[in-house]
This record gives sequence, structure tokens and C-alpha cells, in this order.
Amino acid sequence: MSSAPEPRRVVIGIGNAARGDDAAGLITARRLGGLEHEGDPVALLDVWREADVAVVIDAVSSGAAPGTVYRFDATAAPLPAQLRGSSSTHALGLAEAIELGRTLGRLPRRLIVYGIEGERFEAGAELTPAVAAAVEAVAGAVGAAP
Amino acid sequence: MSTDRRTLNVDVLARVEGEGAMHVRIDGDTVADVQLRIYEPPRFFEAFLRGRAFTEAPDITARICGICPVAYQTSAIRAMEDVCGIAIDDGPIRALRRLLYCGEWLESHALHVHLLHAPDFLGYESGIAMAADHRAVVERGLLMKKAGNVLMAAVGGREIHPINVRVGGFYRAPTRGELAPAAELLERARDAAIETVRWTGTLPFPDFEHDHELVALSADGEYPIDRGRIVSSGGLDIAPSEFDDWFVEEPVAHSNALHARIRGRGAYLAGPLARFNLNFDRLSPAARETALAAGVGPTCRNPFQSIVVRAVEMLYACEEALRIIAAYEPPDPPAVEVLPRAGVGFGVSEAPRGMLWHRYELDAEGTILDARIVPPTSQNQLAIEHDLRAFVQRHVRLPDAELRDRCEQAIRNHDPCISCATHFLTLDVERT
Repeated sequence: MSSAPEPRRVVIGIGNAARGDDAAGLITARRLGGLEHEGDPVALLDVWREADVAVVIDAVSSGAAPGTVYRFDATAAPLPAQLRGSSSTHALGLAEAIELGRTLGRLPRRLIVYGIEGERFEAGAELTPAVAAAVEAVAGAVGAAP
Repeated sequence: MSTDRRTLNVDVLARVEGEGAMHVRIDGDTVADVQLRIYEPPRFFEAFLRGRAFTEAPDITARICGICPVAYQTSAIRAMEDVCGIAIDDGPIRALRRLLYCGEWLESHALHVHLLHAPDFLGYESGIAMAADHRAVVERGLLMKKAGNVLMAAVGGREIHPINVRVGGFYRAPTRGELAPAAELLERARDAAIETVRWTGTLPFPDFEHDHELVALSADGEYPIDRGRIVSSGGLDIAPSEFDDWFVEEPVAHSNALHARIRGRGAYLAGPLARFNLNFDRLSPAARETALAAGVGPTCRNPFQSIVVRAVEMLYACEEALRIIAAYEPPDPPAVEVLPRAGVGFGVSEAPRGMLWHRYELDAEGTILDARIVPPTSQNQLAIEHDLRAFVQRHVRLPDAELRDRCEQAIRNHDPCISCATHFLTLDVERT
């Protein structure tokens, strides 16, 4: 009790490992020893509940060049349009899960979302090179940040 | 009566897992056509599985659906064991499988009932909007969902896409102590489920019934989850290996999905309503009593009341999971040895959305020569179209926007897991 505890930080990648660039978030999280979360993002409300800082990485499909990286602080505002069109096939998307968390007071103290623009989301597709490069860049940035 | 042709393109079914499109054509006051267009990735996965080892099928098929990986794993595993001459129908390995499956039912149903389906009945555009006004209801749903998550993590090794399951059993069996936190949560989830059954029973249900033949699994003395024979309200009672003798999957022009039908009889319905009607007497006493008190059972032919039935199944899943945990002794070893052999095998289980049938052919080394997967949504597609046609006809004079909302709700009754592909589900109403 003598000093302030380390802020608890959780890194979460979401997506589908079998759908090409949709795996970008998962692979980034794996690089960083974070959580790989396939499936329903609503479950994140429990994952990040105790965290001071949560960093979520997902693939997006906004029409930008593949490998484009978005970073957004979702602590106080809903995800912007580019990050809403997630390629994931989950029942509720990440943006909706975040807003549900906001409504219920179940967000971490700080919530950062990275979106990596993907190109191919078909089942069985390979990661496109530009996306693979973006994964490295995001892993570097998240790994370096407090 | 309008002679104008109107077309709506709306992203209306965003709350249905996956994507697809619905097209309704109305001539004057008559519904001329209703089509669901669905992209269906199992077809891809079937090709992807060929040439892979039989032991890889559980992990590969688990990725077909983000919401029901355990269903895919279970059907695949049972089919592989069937090829290899092994049937794990009782004992602690089988109990663990059923326990894991209870977790998936809880996760899937809790999400569907509280955040996807209930908002339709109460006039909210989303579960988020509903959460602001009905916080306790949504919190209850999240509690049940969490109980499912914790169970999945304790048995499956992870909350989603369990990595601990394999052909023959598990890589590692959880200890009794490791299941204790799940049991504690399940007790609370059971109480929450009772509340949710009561609450869903008070929702306003349109007066609407269907007469589809109902198809579900059936197993002695238990509500069907992880195995069983295939039975129907039309008197069918067959082994999983006889599926092709009675059912046929046909391609249709408007959808990538194959449409399944019973040979010579046509559309049928799988899923919670079918399970419930065909197995009401196999629910736990508390689940039966709570269902009857909420106004459903022993038969329920109104698809809108599927929300109550899902709640009843959640109550059952909590009780069943608690029963299994109470009697649990870790299997030692956690898996039986399964040696490959050449042949054909079948596996079927009850995914949250309905029966999921797998068939595999292996060579003597265990390489997959052929794979076939019949998911619940392709089985229900015709029945959903029939429901919609009748429902739209009844409400044909409603303005498009309202009609669209009603259709959305009617589709959601069946929780289609169109899953697994593409990005938009649009409804297209064409009036001439």
C-alpha cells in the first residue's frame, strides 16, 4: 500500500484467424503476449472491466489502402465510421460492444482502439503483405506505449 | 394498391450474425416472392478440409462460426470417432463435452435473447438503446453470458474457440477445483434464467403459428445437446448415418446456401422450437414448470415465442451444467486413443440454432478425403422463407419501414447464423 499500483493494461486482438486479414488484430496481440479473442466482442465487457488501460486491435474494412492504421481513443466517444465497418462476423460488432459498455458503465478507464485496414476477408485467405507490415508497426507502437 | 415500384435497401439485419440479404416482391396486395440470400462458408471449409488430418477437423471447423465453435467441434469429433469405430456416449469425457456445450448454449442464447431479440419486442433499435432503459434485464443477460464464458474457459481452455478439445476427448481435464468458480456463477445464472423466462413470457407476441415439420435430436432421458438420433414431428426416427436417405440439400438460384428439405415432404424447422416441442418431457422439472408458468409448452408453434424457449433452454443449461459439475470426476486419461481407419463417419449435435450434421470420409492414414457439413441455417432457410411469406402477406398494407422491422423480427425468431461471410444483410422490398 506504500506506492501506487502499476496501471493494469490489457492488449486484446479480435477477429477470425481463418479469414485472411481479419486475423490482423489477433496476430498483433500474439506478438505482444496479449489476448486473442475470436468471436463475440460483448465478452470483452468482462475482459477489460478491471483494466486501467485496454488496447483493442481489430481489422477494418473502410475502403482505405490495405495496411492503413487507425488509432482512436474510445474512452469518451463512439468509434468513428472507419472503425465501425469491422469485417468481423460477430453478432454485435466491436463498436456496439463499446457503446453497450459505455451505457452500462463497463468500460476500462482508458480504451484505445487500433484498426488495421484489411483487403481480403475470405475464409482461407492469406494475410496480405501490406497488412502484415501494419501488424508489425502496430505491435511496435503498442509495445512501446505505456 | 400502389403501382409504384419501390425498393428499400437497408442494413436491417445487422443484429443477425453474419450476413445475407432478404428480397420481398409484392404485387399489389399479394406477396409474390420472398427470398433469403445467404452466403455460406461451410462450402469453402468443406474443400479446405480435404487433405487435412482427421485430428485437425475440430480446430478448422470451429472457425466456421464465431458464435458456435463448440457445436462445430463436437459434430466433427463425433464424426471422426464414428469413422474410427469409437462412440463416447457416457462417462466423464462425454460429461465434459456436454458441460462445454452448455457453456456455448448459455453464451449464444443469452446474447440473442437479451441483446438481439428482446429489443424487437420492445421497439428499440438495438440492445444498446434498450440497455439504457432496461438495465437490469441486460445485466441479467450479461451474467448468464459470463457464466457461459467462464464454463467455456474452465473446460475449453479459452472463452471462445476452445483449444482444449480433441478427437478422443480433451488435452487436459479440468480439476474439480477449477470448475468451482463456474459452479458458483451458474447458481446465480440459474436464478437469472428463471427471471428471464418469466420476463420473456410477458412480451407482446404476434398471433402467428406455423406448421412446419420439426426436426431435432433425441436421446434417452436427456434433453438433446451433444448427440442423439434425428427425430421429427412427422414421425422420423433415424440414425445420423441415415440423414441422406431422408434429407436432401439443393442449390437455389438466389442464394449461395444450399436449401435442405425432407425428401418428398419439403421445408422443416430445426432449432430451439423443434428441440422444445420434441423433448419437452426431457427438460428438468424446474425448466418445465417455469416454461408452463410463462405460457409455453408442452407444444409451442409460435416462432415469436422462441425467445421464451431460448430462455427455458438457458435455465436447463444452467441446471444441467450444475448437475454435471456436482458429479464430476476428472477423466484419466483425459482422452481415449483414436486410431485412424478408412471409412465414413457421421456426427450430429444441437448447435444453439439447431441440428448441425457432419459427414467425413477418411483414408487408412486418417487423411480427410471428403467432408460435408449441413449447418442449421441452411436447414431452416426454406422454413424461414415460408414464415416470412405468410407474415408479410398478413401485414402487406403496412408501410415499408414498419414491414421491414416486422420482417427483421420474424427472421430473428430463428436466429439464423448466416454467419461466416460478407458484410451486409439488406432487405429489399419491391412493390409493383
